[in-house]
Amino acid sequence: MRKVKVEKKILIANAEYAEQNSRFLAERKLPCLNVISSPGSGKTTILAKTIEGLKGKVRIGVIEGDIQTDIDARRILAAGAAAVQINTDGACHLSAAQVHNALQQLPVNELDLVFIENVGNLVCPSAFELGETAKVAVLSVPEGDDKPAKYPAIFARARALLINKIDLLGAVDFDIEKAEADVLKLNKGIRIFPVSAKTEEGMSNWYDWLYELTQNKRR
Amino acid sequence: MHEGAVAQSLLSIISAEAKQQNAKPLAARISCGSLNGINAEALNFAFEAISKGTMCEGLKLAIEQKPIRAKCKKCDYTFTFELHEPTCDRCQSDDFELLPDAPLMLEEIEFEDD
Repeated sequence: MRKVKVEKKILIANAEYAEQNSRFLAERKLPCLNVISSPGSGKTTILAKTIEGLKGKVRIGVIEGDIQTDIDARRILAAGAAAVQINTDGACHLSAAQVHNALQQLPVNELDLVFIENVGNLVCPSAFELGETAKVAVLSVPEGDDKPAKYPAIFARARALLINKIDLLGAVDFDIEKAEADVLKLNKGIRIFPVSAKTEEGMSNWYDWLYELTQNKRR
Repeated sequence: MHEGAVAQSLLSIISAEAKQQNAKPLAARISCGSLNGINAEALNFAFEAISKGTMCEGLKLAIEQKPIRAKCKKCDYTFTFELHEPTCDRCQSDDFELLPDAPLMLEEIEFEDD
């Protein structure tokens, strides 16, 4: 048997597209947030509310990743933002090439902020860089407070975390202090926003943070 | 869970190398950061499925998980990040920055002797 050294990046194609996306966004001073969570955590509801909450202040575009259907993109369009749907046809994550194509379809020169709503999955999307400015994780109360300990990759990498559905805190066993402490152990710099997208409790802090992000980028 | 996509890329890189070497590849060693979420069993299973009937059929993949590195913001020391005890090895500070995860790399291929 003979051994041959190769030393090649396996996901080089993804890395190259991610690099291109990152340059494309930086040239336009356009912040882009890659939103990652389990299915059903409320990503789309959060985005729809955010679009309404920041109307007139921040112009938002959304890249919607789903395995099938354009249900989420239609909810985003109904909320009044530009949206591009990507169907991954079974793939568990968005790739940088798909985001590259979607960015060409968004009216980027008329936007202040782009959200990428990744495929609902707490594992795979965190391994694929898309060229985003930062990752945002969403954890919802019914999922349980053990998720940061069980799925550390995304919580270690995210710049912000929304703990959603806090209106259910009394109804399920979810120790929000434990969840927050577990996340902070992995990632001291993360911003944590306890929110209910449904009742809008806590959402204004999140809007303020986003507004700041778009202002910092423009300076 | 995304081993299918990884297996597809691997197959094309290994096939290209095999053509160049003009030999049958028997095994390959890959490395990745441990936050990459790559499972050896699932990757071998995916690779087996898509390599049927190609010159890579029967190839065995070995995966080396590389630890996560972090840099202390207090004392600048770079250390191996342990999930169960995420503090700086030198000054025990819990204020650190995670360094980028090691990328998924195809390190080495073993070929059949001519």
